[in-house]
Amino acid sequence: MAINTNIEETSPELERLKKLYADKGFVVTSINNLINWARTGSLHWMTFGLACCAVEMMHVGTPRYDVERFGAAPRASPRHADVLIVAGTLTNKMAAALRKAYDQMPEPRYVISMGSCANGGGYYHYSYSVVRGCDRIIPVDVYVPGCPPTAEGLLYGLLQLQKKIRREGNIKR
Amino acid sequence: MSEQIEMAKAAIEKNCRLNDIDVNLGQLQLSVDPANLIQVIDFVKNDPSCEFKQITDIAGVDFPENEKRFEVIYHFLSFGFNLRLRVKTQISEAESLPSITSIFPAANWFEREAFDMYGITFTDHPDLRRILTDYGFEGYPLRKDFPLTGNVEIRYDEIDKKIVHEPVKLQQDFRNFDIQSPWEGTKYLDKESKKSE
Repeated sequence: MAINTNIEETSPELERLKKLYADKGFVVTSINNLINWARTGSLHWMTFGLACCAVEMMHVGTPRYDVERFGAAPRASPRHADVLIVAGTLTNKMAAALRKAYDQMPEPRYVISMGSCANGGGYYHYSYSVVRGCDRIIPVDVYVPGCPPTAEGLLYGLLQLQKKIRREGNIKR
Repeated sequence: MSEQIEMAKAAIEKNCRLNDIDVNLGQLQLSVDPANLIQVIDFVKNDPSCEFKQITDIAGVDFPENEKRFEVIYHFLSFGFNLRLRVKTQISEAESLPSITSIFPAANWFEREAFDMYGITFTDHPDLRRILTDYGFEGYPLRKDFPLTGNVEIRYDEIDKKIVHEPVKLQQDFRNFDIQSPWEGTKYLDKESKKSE
């Protein structure tokens, strides 16, 4: 992914350093840009497939969409993961487990809510056993609409998340 | 196939105390009293002309207007004769059914599900507790008098750092969609009334 060029790239000091080191085999950038580049380029996702959306989430990992070209790989453990993809209907009984998985993730952590059910209950909005949106349980960064969203949709959501991380542009989240 | 149905039907009629026996859609259908349930099910499982060796499901139905409110339907499958069988029985809310786990161990979870969803109790069940609904859930969701949206909803409390249960407060009113056309069930402002405003 391209490194963010918005932040402090134009300061005269940086320009001087760039000129000085350009022909000596070095690249000069600000530490913010470097860290954001690393973050956006390794969004390892925790698979939290709860329903049919999980199938579309699997498609994203297959060679056709190949999310790994963006540095995102599925991780089985929340302790390895940077982004939690809530894919499917979150029921009351599952909510505690979702929160537990989220709490185990190391900072900086991000959440993608995938599909109508995770966004706001969707088809099961009025059900007695379904959480009306997973944002009642965990904070969500990106909502991907659809029932289920296409694999491209989720991929786009992931790119939006990268954009969001880059826009924030600071080390501390 | 119809020959096998007739054979099974004759054997069941001869040996079981039934309220009713019928062949519906090519499948046998019995109606029995709860008191005779164990005997009937034991018979259809072990009789050589029936061999209903597998239990497919136990279904519950709620008829609030009936004196015997719940209908419990046992579904069986006979591999030997490629037959299916339904056994129906009715109980009131206060009564309980005998558990058939001694005959069909697979009925264990089906009976737990019927208990979970309707509050139907089964005597001599080894472990009759809720199976599907949330821990600490109250009420029986598939009863007709249970509100669709339930009584509690959950959210994570940032201060207490735990999931809390609260009375249901819907952000958006329940909408009744017409089953024929989802557009016609809800009253929207049409062009005419917008003009008059």
